Amino acid sequence: MKPEVMRDILIDEIYKRMKANDRIFFLSADFGSPALDRLREDFPERFINVGIAEQNLISVAAGLGLEGFTVFAYAIAPFLSMRAFEQIRISLALMAQTREVNVNLIGVGAGLSYDVTGPTHHCLEDIALMRLLPNVNVVSPADSSFMGDIASYAISDSKPCYIRLDGKALPRVYPSGSEPQFSDGFGQLRAGKKICLISTGYMTHIALQVADALSKEGCSIGLVDVFLLKNLNTSKLKTELNNYEILVTLEEGFIWRGGLDSLVSSLTMSSKTPKPVYPLGFDDKYIFEVGDRKHLHEVAGLGVDRIVEKIKSLNC
Amino acid sequence: MAELNQINMLAQKSASLRLAVLEMVAVAKKGHIGGAYSCIDILVALYYGGVLRFDPVNPSWPLRDRFILSKGHSGAALFAVLADLGYFDSAELTRYCCNGGILGGHPDRKVPGIEADTGSLGHGLGIGAGMALAAKMDGAEGRVFVLVGDGECNEGSVWEALVFAARHRLSNLTLIIDRNRQCVLDFTEECAPLDPLAERLAAFGWDVAEVDGHSFQELLSTFEQKPSTRPRAIVANTIKGKGVSYMEKVLKWHHSVPNVEELAIARAELTAKTQA
Repeated sequence: MKPEVMRDILIDEIYKRMKANDRIFFLSADFGSPALDRLREDFPERFINVGIAEQNLISVAAGLGLEGFTVFAYAIAPFLSMRAFEQIRISLALMAQTREVNVNLIGVGAGLSYDVTGPTHHCLEDIALMRLLPNVNVVSPADSSFMGDIASYAISDSKPCYIRLDGKALPRVYPSGSEPQFSDGFGQLRAGKKICLISTGYMTHIALQVADALSKEGCSIGLVDVFLLKNLNTSKLKTELNNYEILVTLEEGFIWRGGLDSLVSSLTMSSKTPKPVYPLGFDDKYIFEVGDRKHLHEVAGLGVDRIVEKIKSLNC
Repeated sequence: MAELNQINMLAQKSASLRLAVLEMVAVAKKGHIGGAYSCIDILVALYYGGVLRFDPVNPSWPLRDRFILSKGHSGAALFAVLADLGYFDSAELTRYCCNGGILGGHPDRKVPGIEADTGSLGHGLGIGAGMALAAKMDGAEGRVFVLVGDGECNEGSVWEALVFAARHRLSNLTLIIDRNRQCVLDFTEECAPLDPLAERLAAFGWDVAEVDGHSFQELLSTFEQKPSTRPRAIVANTIKGKGVSYMEKVLKWHHSVPNVEELAIARAELTAKTQA
């Protein structure tokens, strides 16, 4: 299957639902996508470009949500999650505790999707920021397998949802027909011994490369892709992780700041036999080097070879 | 045109609500009294002057008009109004900011009659714009009123919302600016000037009226005007601390608490006005 751009698949799924349900709005902060053209043309009243105004994007979406509409608010991930953080905090997270506010955020450009665009466009904080907020669901898919599920989940679950999408075209990590249950929030991609590598979003593609490389050296590791970063089936994930002795997390985010590493650590800490967790991600600094994603990962010590070495050093 | 006896009734209502706010602040030993007093006449005009449609027995009545107090720190004034109208038991006012009460320092939606949680400034107008857009989509007649502080207009998000509302011709949206010319540390024109405010709002594509925010005559005649195709902004020129002589236009009364002597003076001044 040729690589797909997640946002286009998701927008097509939302389009179908907007066709059947006239209570859905799609707001954009002047951010496009090929799939958006048709949506915009066919729903001129329910597609609104609010302009380059992420704060107002959220406030208007909240007003519509409080009046019973379902809203998708679409923007570049770092600007959506950080420029408008207080609007998300107050008008979505806080208000959703006392009444329905079905506003779903689609942030495009997770992690280093916008690689050469530089550190203002890198997005290494959003997982932690959005996971921090009560009443907000967080979705971080690795491929386009779940776009229909994500659209349905966002609409049917009345809580606000942050959908973190990669900006690049990506192949599928889940072969068609072998997708895990969406509500579980994670999928096992490889069964292994001793070490399990747990990843989210784009890094699941890197994790697969790491596992393949290790496999050639006779080391079989487990691979788990986590795509619901809140409200996932934690007991099932805990059981899965209990099959291993060492857990390694891999994410495009700052390490030990509340991201996937924290999620996995808190799970294993609450089990009867806690396992050590080695976090792989970005150190406590921004990246000013210019280059593509692979180059930037290498600069940050997250190239495939480096990860393979790190895992081997755990006596794989 | 409002009748004279209606104006007198509203003035007395304002004075008695100011007294209620005074007692709330006195008991709680906290609260933003200055801004509450600058906007309370606006609230009285809206709620008692026949402007807003609402039902205290059914706060989520779908046909109601929406009112958002975006300057949430004036919540004490709105709480006094809502209690007086019967949205909740007036006894709650005596537990303002007290352990276990429902009324905290800022409005939240666990309080009947509150449409949006406010307290952080610059949020209400965008939310109100979304609500006004929702009403238009639904073909609903309800109007949306948002009260912001003038200092609040320092927030850039207010101006994002102004642009949006004009672009979408949200004629069912009315913005009221409590133009008391004071923020916390300074007078507004000394720190982050807003003048010429009415002209700026007009330049953003709004119909603009400027009124004396303590004149029920002017407030009501402006509220009664039929909306055009554009959203409407009302710059209400007010006095921070209005109603208590020593508080008026004095910076420290943004959130000072009166001592025993000051309390007695305020009670006397306001009580006289309830009987005027």
